[in-house]
Amino acid sequence: MSGKPRLIYLDGRGRMESTRWLLAAAGVEFEEVYLETREQYEKLIKDGDLMFQQVPLVEMDGMKLVQTRAIMSYIAGKYNLYGKDLKERALIDMYVEGVTDLMLMILMFPFSPPEAKEKNLDSLKDRAINRYFPAFEKVLKQHGQDFLVGNKMSWADVQLIEAILAVEEKIPAVLSGFPQLQAFKKRMSNVPTIKKFLQPGSPRKPPPDERYVATVKRVFKI
Amino acid sequence: MAGKPKLHYNNGRGRMESIRWLLAAAGVEFEEQFIEKREDLEKLCKDGVLMFQQVPMVEIDGMKMVQTRAILSYIAAKYNLYGKDLKERAWIDMYVEGTTELMRMMINLPFHPPDTKEETLALIIERATNRYFPVYERALKDHGYDYLVGNKLSWADIQLLEAILMAEECKPDILSAFPLLQAFKGRTSNIPTIKKFLQPGSQRKPRTNEKIVAIVRKIYNF
Repeated sequence: MSGKPRLIYLDGRGRMESTRWLLAAAGVEFEEVYLETREQYEKLIKDGDLMFQQVPLVEMDGMKLVQTRAIMSYIAGKYNLYGKDLKERALIDMYVEGVTDLMLMILMFPFSPPEAKEKNLDSLKDRAINRYFPAFEKVLKQHGQDFLVGNKMSWADVQLIEAILAVEEKIPAVLSGFPQLQAFKKRMSNVPTIKKFLQPGSPRKPPPDERYVATVKRVFKI
Repeated sequence: MAGKPKLHYNNGRGRMESIRWLLAAAGVEFEEQFIEKREDLEKLCKDGVLMFQQVPMVEIDGMKMVQTRAILSYIAAKYNLYGKDLKERAWIDMYVEGTTELMRMMINLPFHPPDTKEETLALIIERATNRYFPVYERALKDHGYDYLVGNKLSWADIQLLEAILMAEECKPDILSAFPLLQAFKGRTSNIPTIKKFLQPGSQRKPRTNEKIVAIVRKIYNF
């Protein structure tokens, strides 16, 4: 038993990528087990490893953690990325939930029918530019600090940089109206643990491709 | 300033109901300002009090909190319903995410087009019976305590009771295969704060009917 957290998911971003980001930002090494076949998934269920018969699953500290938010809350709490008190935690939670809503749109992209793709891209652009990015631009402008909460890097910052890069993959100039976020992106990308994660060869996964979509459909029978 | 939390939402269950449950269970009195038409929501947006232009919004402790999960986490922690340490919090989070998924299906049910309602209801019943309720039945069986985590009432228990009652509205005998959940339901319903919330005249909202669906569609434009 190596003691490192072990991530069980498919070999792709999906709902595990934010957890990879958070562990990496915290400087925590982890192992990964990739589900390739339906049989592997059914075995996990039969062995009773998946509380609600779903992945992501993260084995750490003697627990089999499921449910993305529960997993990340635990990691954030353990590695001091969750603020210093209840009120900071509340802000971090609000920001994380907002970013998660935005990223959920991207998560669903590869699974929408081809004819809906342009409409979905327009929705993503609208939400990013009119709802989510302005909120975070305002937060950074108002306090003038480097990080979203408490002048210290937190889960919220990690999730925001992840989201910015994910949206930029689809809409390259999306930050053009957001100078604070541009500066934030640059600063966060240079945080040593994050810089390392952004380099080739890290556990960061590439954007979903046809092969990934096929694997998802095969393993989860959808 | 009264000091009581103030809830902003439409006069119905939706995503605010779990918050009402948690505050009530914690014995916390709260006020409600109901959004009755689109203009009410637009005014809140224009006043800049909705971080992501969405409700629920709860004014509490000088904050204007949005995002259901962030609000619930704050309340749970503030009123000692979130376990005693990081690991108990992880268990509570996992259990809460499960009941949230189940309740989300039930919350959305009235908004489904008539031709898919029946199959959606069947799916809800199947999931409750095969995926979610077995988890909580087993948790109670394994440790033999009255509550899900740490032998003490927590957010996880309150949300489970809420989910059980909602599921029973879908199928009255849905707990027939779960004796421990039946006992849990009996016990938890008798906790004084919860018992009070379950009585007529409380701030608990009735099941969403066609009238509420129509109002909600008008307010949120879908």
